[in-house]
Amino acid sequence: MQTSLLSLLTFSGASQFAVIGVIGAGGSAFSGITTATLLGFRNGLYGMRMAPILKVRAIKRIVAAHITIDESTGVSLSQESRGTDAMRAGFWFTGFGVFIFWNLFTLAGAFGAQAMGNPAAWGLDAAVPAAFLGLVWPRLVTTTDRVIALSAVALAIALTPIAPAGLPVIATAGLAIVVGLRQRSE
Amino acid sequence: MNKLWWGVIGTSAAVFALKYLGQSIPEKYLSHPKVKSINGYIPIVLLSALIGVQTFAEKTRLMVDHRALGLAVAFIALALRAPFPVVVMCAAASSALLYHFS
Repeated sequence: MQTSLLSLLTFSGASQFAVIGVIGAGGSAFSGITTATLLGFRNGLYGMRMAPILKVRAIKRIVAAHITIDESTGVSLSQESRGTDAMRAGFWFTGFGVFIFWNLFTLAGAFGAQAMGNPAAWGLDAAVPAAFLGLVWPRLVTTTDRVIALSAVALAIALTPIAPAGLPVIATAGLAIVVGLRQRSE
Repeated sequence: MNKLWWGVIGTSAAVFALKYLGQSIPEKYLSHPKVKSINGYIPIVLLSALIGVQTFAEKTRLMVDHRALGLAVAFIALALRAPFPVVVMCAAASSALLYHFS
């Protein structure tokens, strides 16, 4: 039930995996939420990109906000050459479509997991980092991206034996801030 | 209430607040190049850190076990441009095999 609620209410894959990953590894609820929130920041930026296109208010804005995710924004922006109506249609169709299937499969997964027993026997403990790798892969465009990614892996691993669970992941946000601030001077 | 519930509710509230805020505030406030640049790196570092911790750690202990094989297989699958579900399934299958035979 918690699994499905998380899919229904959060509806942001990376944030969902992150909060469960951190808490599952023994981290506090606070560090789980912090990591998930940092990952959720980009949804806010998508919202700012989409708001002038959608021009919605009140209840429709609440619905639009909830389905503002990688997929709906991506499809909408790819329709830019075909006009505002196509962009709006792309956003709503993708948003609702992903929402329905995401939650159906979450439900199926939640029931499936109860019947499974030990996650390691099914390789599920390796499926989680593999899924994270699949999510980060398309973002590694430049050499800087890859160096930062490897540095983040190294930093998190180095901090694991000495810091409370959850903190090693959050600490790498500092890495993003340092590199992001320095980039401006170029 | 246990911490998983706090995690579920807190994450849902925080992520929705961010989405709604984004729909409601003008773009100029966060379109600053520095903010954009940092925001581009945030998912990279957090996801990478999660990969490291989820593969090589058990609570606060570091180890290399069957999960490392799964991650290596996922890496190869992605390099071969395999679709996301295939990547995850290959990683799970190889890791489970090693788990059973070790």
